[in-house]
Amino acid sequence: MNTLETPVALKSFLAEQEQKTLLRFLTCGSVDDGKSTLIGRLLYDTKLIYEDQLAALENESRKWGTVGEDIDLALLVDGLEAEREQGITIDVAYRFFSTSRRKFIVADTPGHEQYTRNMATGASTADLAVVLVDARKGILTQTRRHTFIASLLGIRHIIVAINKIDLVNYDRTIFDQINEDFRAMSADMNFASITPIPLSARYGDNVTAPSPNMDWYNGPTLLGHLETVDFEDERLESPFRFPVQYVLRPDLNFRGFAGTLAAGTVKPGDPVVVAKSGKPSTVKRIVTMDGDLDMAVEGQAVTLVLEDEIEVSRGNMLVAPADRPEVADQFAANIVWFSEEPMLPGRQFILRTETDRATVSINDLRYRIDVNSFAHEAAKSLELNEVGYCHLSAQSPIAFDPYADNRATGAFILIDRLTNATVGAGMIVHALRRASNVHWQALDIGKKTKADQKGQTAAVLWFTGLSGSGKSTIANLLEKKLLVEGRHSTILDGDNVRHGLNRDLGFTDEDRVENIRRVGEVSKLMVDAGLITLVSFISPFRAERQLVSDMLEEGEFVEIFVDTPFEECAKRDPKGLYAKALKGEIKNFTGVDSPYEAPEHPDIHLQTSGKSPEELLEILENALRAKGIL
Amino acid sequence: MSQKLSHLKRLEAEAIHIFREVAASFEKPVMLYSIGKDSSVLLHLALKAFYPAPPPFPFLHVDTTWKFQEMIQFRDETAKRLGIDLIVHINQDGVDQGINPFEHGSNTHTHIMKTAALRQALDKYGFDAAFGGARRDEEKSRAKERIFSFRDAQHGWDPKNQRPEMWKIFNTRVARGESIRVFPISNWTELDIWQYILLEDIPIVPLYFAKKRPVVERDGMLIMKDDERMKLNPGEETRDEMVRFRTLGCYPLTGAIESDADTLEAIVSEMLIARTSERQGRLIDRDEAGSMEKKKREGYF
Repeated sequence: MNTLETPVALKSFLAEQEQKTLLRFLTCGSVDDGKSTLIGRLLYDTKLIYEDQLAALENESRKWGTVGEDIDLALLVDGLEAEREQGITIDVAYRFFSTSRRKFIVADTPGHEQYTRNMATGASTADLAVVLVDARKGILTQTRRHTFIASLLGIRHIIVAINKIDLVNYDRTIFDQINEDFRAMSADMNFASITPIPLSARYGDNVTAPSPNMDWYNGPTLLGHLETVDFEDERLESPFRFPVQYVLRPDLNFRGFAGTLAAGTVKPGDPVVVAKSGKPSTVKRIVTMDGDLDMAVEGQAVTLVLEDEIEVSRGNMLVAPADRPEVADQFAANIVWFSEEPMLPGRQFILRTETDRATVSINDLRYRIDVNSFAHEAAKSLELNEVGYCHLSAQSPIAFDPYADNRATGAFILIDRLTNATVGAGMIVHALRRASNVHWQALDIGKKTKADQKGQTAAVLWFTGLSGSGKSTIANLLEKKLLVEGRHSTILDGDNVRHGLNRDLGFTDEDRVENIRRVGEVSKLMVDAGLITLVSFISPFRAERQLVSDMLEEGEFVEIFVDTPFEECAKRDPKGLYAKALKGEIKNFTGVDSPYEAPEHPDIHLQTSGKSPEELLEILENALRAKGIL
Repeated sequence: MSQKLSHLKRLEAEAIHIFREVAASFEKPVMLYSIGKDSSVLLHLALKAFYPAPPPFPFLHVDTTWKFQEMIQFRDETAKRLGIDLIVHINQDGVDQGINPFEHGSNTHTHIMKTAALRQALDKYGFDAAFGGARRDEEKSRAKERIFSFRDAQHGWDPKNQRPEMWKIFNTRVARGESIRVFPISNWTELDIWQYILLEDIPIVPLYFAKKRPVVERDGMLIMKDDERMKLNPGEETRDEMVRFRTLGCYPLTGAIESDADTLEAIVSEMLIARTSERQGRLIDRDEAGSMEKKKREGYF
């Protein structure tokens, strides 16, 4: 960087700034491969280190450095190392540097397998990955894993930084061998460019200046390649996509759709369609505070005004009429799991795309992908940091492109409905055709008619509580009462259902979810038939009870919490199960070694302590009458 | 003509996108306006994000009562010029107790008049999202913070339990009482800020430009004697020096630098050959190692 003492120099500098582009990249590789030293070297050689930071660095190098009298560049980045012990720096850190041609944002990601999700976070916004390889060690398991995750997250450009080349005497055959191994390993990963560079982060060979020690290498330096690699053309040439973020309506005369172009370009006069409705219109104006534009390109945040008054709201997309995105409610996606709680098929989540949201359930985990061997394995759940290929179904259709075509419109995150935590990230592979081909069969006689015929209101009375809490006893008493009153009802009992419909299921968390899902579907059919349906199920997980509730219509699901303390249930122990579970003879027993999540707001709360079954029945009846079910 | 966006245009677009996400997803957002150059850029971006409509949220200044007089003047002029809804909040309890940076030290002063005051204001108005002008290049704990930074009902930040932030998809869900701090210019550097101010002609407080000002040398810093509340210690004297400020805060806690840069161009030129990082001018960061992270856990911006 030059000092700029004259106005002329400043002018040309500012003109330069107008041309400067932004490249986000990711560094990965095992810690010992010299990642910290390489980032330190880039910051140092591009003069991004201030005097006070340099003074501190010289001090620390004398104290802690591992390279004799030299400044230890790794310490520039390793300010975080100390914190690593406290478990904070398992996270991505972002660093910044620039040259006269580009500004760079570096996502510095941790290397270990247990931090896969953090690497995925860094990779999600990166256009290029620098994969470090120690020349002495060649391709390691971590190299494979990082390269795979980079490809999974859609990074198209790879630099294979073959580091510590000085320690192998700048040997060309070693460089060639590693390059060949890398290409063989990544053959199926669909990278647009793979650029191997032999370098020494410690001595600076081929980092920012060509090395005098490797006559045989004619390729670019690391910085030289970072400054010139072309990564934007594809996104500009992709079909126009404009996810609508916000509708601006300052007065009656102006209605603009604010958003960021996710792909392509747009000009006034261009025809567009609304993705979900297929309604066509034409772009009238591209509005910004700096004046109307003649054209907007991928990445630009603008406001579009259309010629026609058509319905477009947040979550929808304006798109090129000739090349439209998918609109579907069922699709297949690769999912990276972020949560300590395993992902169980059947549960519901909130799906969020850049601007849209929908309630979604993961219907099927087709396979898990081993991030080290890339093998597909059968699995029933995904643990933290695992990657799986899943089928999902949403309650309302979303507009999307396959992630391989467009990272902005093909990605989503999954949010837990109760904790609001971000539990997973997904990359859509394709729509599932059955979504468009299997339509609901319209029924001639509605369920209300069937319930009216029986002179009653159909509902699911869902009894939840610990084993031995009295669920079945109370449900049986209620059913007798209903019979006497001339009502039509049925009982689904947890134990009985397990002898028939669900005889293939065990007691793992996965099987419990499936158990409840099936019972939910059966209950729904019973309600459709107009019956008062009593379900007596431990149903320990809140999320599953919510799942059933969501299958039914408003008011049809009545959650009845049969609240008997654990000690009391264990004392009653009508089936002798607690005694066995406490001795460890039964695994996954609710309340012993598997949790019971009590309802936070049950519709009816029966506290059983000190009350007879008949007294409880009376309380229950009154509550049901108050709700209009009896 | 190249179709590619310049790096500043990309940073601008990213910030605008973030402003719109928050406006679309939260019930009651607010922008924290601290009058400095980063806030000036943030305000400019907020105007751009919703043009031709005004920003659909108010602006909040937490006044410690120890800001430079020129800052307050600039604040009031800016609010008037743009017609924005500006809320000024002062921690009256702190004022009643006579909290000040000279007697109580920067830590106590900042905690009561800034951190606690901010919490008071957010609670009082029930804001569920607050924009701030923090940048990741400022400080190590900032480098790790998310753009959407989740805060619990006590406004605390838990660095070990941050939500993963993928692509441009932000998890905007919070429970009642919880909130999000949002940093639209996370990925800007100090140099980006100055270049953008220059290119977009954004008004900033005159204190950033060099001028003869009355300063006192104290604890190795040049402190400007902005009013009579600052008493001189034995041996101290004020002298008029050509100085300017790289960051602005409470005047007793903000060091000036000697400089002749009295135009934006000169400031950018100076920036390009600068040899020290900007937070060196802030007493608040020097109090103790890891002090920023600690403050943030307590609810500081």
